[in-house]
Amino acid sequence: MGGRGVTLKASPPASPAVGRPDADAGMRPRRRPGRPGAGTLATFIVPGLVLFLLFVLLPVLFAGYVAFFRWNGLGGVPTDFIGFDNFRTLIGDEVFLGDLWRIGIIVVLSIVVQLPIAFGLAMLLHQRFPGRTAFRLLFFMPYILTEAVTAVLFGLIFSPRRGFADSLLAGLGIDAQIGWLSDRSIVLFVVFGILTWKFFGFHMVLFLAGRQNIPDELYEAAAIDGATGAQAFRRITLPLMGPTVRIIVFLSVIGTVQLFDLVYVLTGGGPFHASETLAITMFEQGFQRNQIGYASALSIAMFIVSLVFALIYQRYVLSRDLQGSITTAGGVR
Amino acid sequence: MSVATRRARILRGTGYYTAAFVTLVFVATPILFALLGGFKDNQQLRENALGLPSPWNVSNYTQVLASDTFWRQVFSSVFIAFVTTFIVVACSAMVAFVFARFAFRGRELLFTLFAAGMMFPFAVAVLPLFIILRSFELLNSPLGVILPQAAFGLPLTIIILRTFFRSIPGEVEEAATIDGAGPWLFFTRILLPMSRPVLATVSVLALVGSWNSFLLPLVVLQKPTWWTLPLGVTQFSGQYASDTARVLAFVMLAMLPALIFYAFAERHLISGLTSGGTKG
Repeated sequence: MGGRGVTLKASPPASPAVGRPDADAGMRPRRRPGRPGAGTLATFIVPGLVLFLLFVLLPVLFAGYVAFFRWNGLGGVPTDFIGFDNFRTLIGDEVFLGDLWRIGIIVVLSIVVQLPIAFGLAMLLHQRFPGRTAFRLLFFMPYILTEAVTAVLFGLIFSPRRGFADSLLAGLGIDAQIGWLSDRSIVLFVVFGILTWKFFGFHMVLFLAGRQNIPDELYEAAAIDGATGAQAFRRITLPLMGPTVRIIVFLSVIGTVQLFDLVYVLTGGGPFHASETLAITMFEQGFQRNQIGYASALSIAMFIVSLVFALIYQRYVLSRDLQGSITTAGGVR
Repeated sequence: MSVATRRARILRGTGYYTAAFVTLVFVATPILFALLGGFKDNQQLRENALGLPSPWNVSNYTQVLASDTFWRQVFSSVFIAFVTTFIVVACSAMVAFVFARFAFRGRELLFTLFAAGMMFPFAVAVLPLFIILRSFELLNSPLGVILPQAAFGLPLTIIILRTFFRSIPGEVEEAATIDGAGPWLFFTRILLPMSRPVLATVSVLALVGSWNSFLLPLVVLQKPTWWTLPLGVTQFSGQYASDTARVLAFVMLAMLPALIFYAFAERHLISGLTSGGTKG
């Protein structure tokens, strides 16, 4: 396979002066009959590009612009320029700061509770035992369900009027009236529980794929050298799962920052903002109170939070993966 | 093999099953609650929340299935999902084809521009998108949902397709060119048919994304004419807040298409949905 590619690559540049065979400098006058011109290439690109510019780039840039105005969304374009005022208000806005705090709580809970469960189940389903395929399928199932529909279902389960959750507890002999979604001190944990229900299967499948990518030879070699199962797990599995873990943590943080559908339908962010997310705050300000400028500032803040996290994470955590995985793999004796 | 290791193996097997079954109960309980709850009436839901329905009561399901609203919402969801998928896959395939097979000035810049779209959370754009759609008079129109969804699907689809198109050997293209095929003919007759598996993957991603989409339809579709199922379910649950059994039946029926799709296409679905996680 490789040989063929090399001969092909070697033939086009007739003069050694042309470095890359693909570089079209110096070979302008029709190198090959049938090579498409700029017009043909444009017809391929233009539909996608127009779509992208109109509905992705333009809105994002527009949000960045509107964030510097006071605007109720009426009358064409905003005119009341107020500089950084929206952002100044934002930094002192308790709801916004609360949103960030709640993101932090959910992220920490995910890393401490949800991801270890998903990891453990992935290790479990990596073992061969009858029925494991069925279990994998069933565990992934909640992930395919629509968030909004899931939220309606859990709204009924945790309904204040003796919902299913209360009945379940009563069936276990615990007769407590718990305000699952109406008690400010527990609603966020209920939301987290539902998020776990919905997403652990997705993370489990990613962990499982990562585990299946570890070559069996490593374990065979370790077994020959007399390593126990626990040692192999600590010295081979854990380090080689590192990249997968880091990607999943990344996805889960970014997902938490953008959380909307499930919480909005379930609680609307309440009671008293106790389960509110950044996107819900933005939605309320923009669509319910017509504070388009302020809501735009919120969406820019949401973008910046994701971006800063992504950059820092890539710089300090993901960047190690290229060298890290190889060196740790080599380090297994 | 000694007795001790055999016993250890049996013990371990029991451990596996215990953990798996505990998780299964956790996963299945809410769904069974919806499924069985739909067969109860409200009195049963109150007094016999945990048991099987007795008698089994199909009227909740039949009432939902007999209503025009439900079917109209199913149709809207299906229509919007399929048109979105068609647009995003067609546009992405063309763009990815050019990125993968031709060298031209500004290619990397253009690719980076598209790839940068991955960084914008959809919620960031929804407010200005609303204003833009309003000025295009696309509010309350299915296109107002379809076009932005397709646009936001472009980056990931292009990245996945470009990687695949690159892996198709150059000889295939040379042979086609020698036989007189231009880029269009090569693209439609050779490249696309060769790419069926990856096209299936990205189509699944787009379909599921559109099917589950909530924030955009919520903002764009203010009149019920084109409401999709997620909007319909939330609205229904508000309207029939006191008729829990009927809402459960509606919820179950709204989940059913996805569950059926999953049962038949689980492999595509899992590999498609996780490819975003591993390649993005």
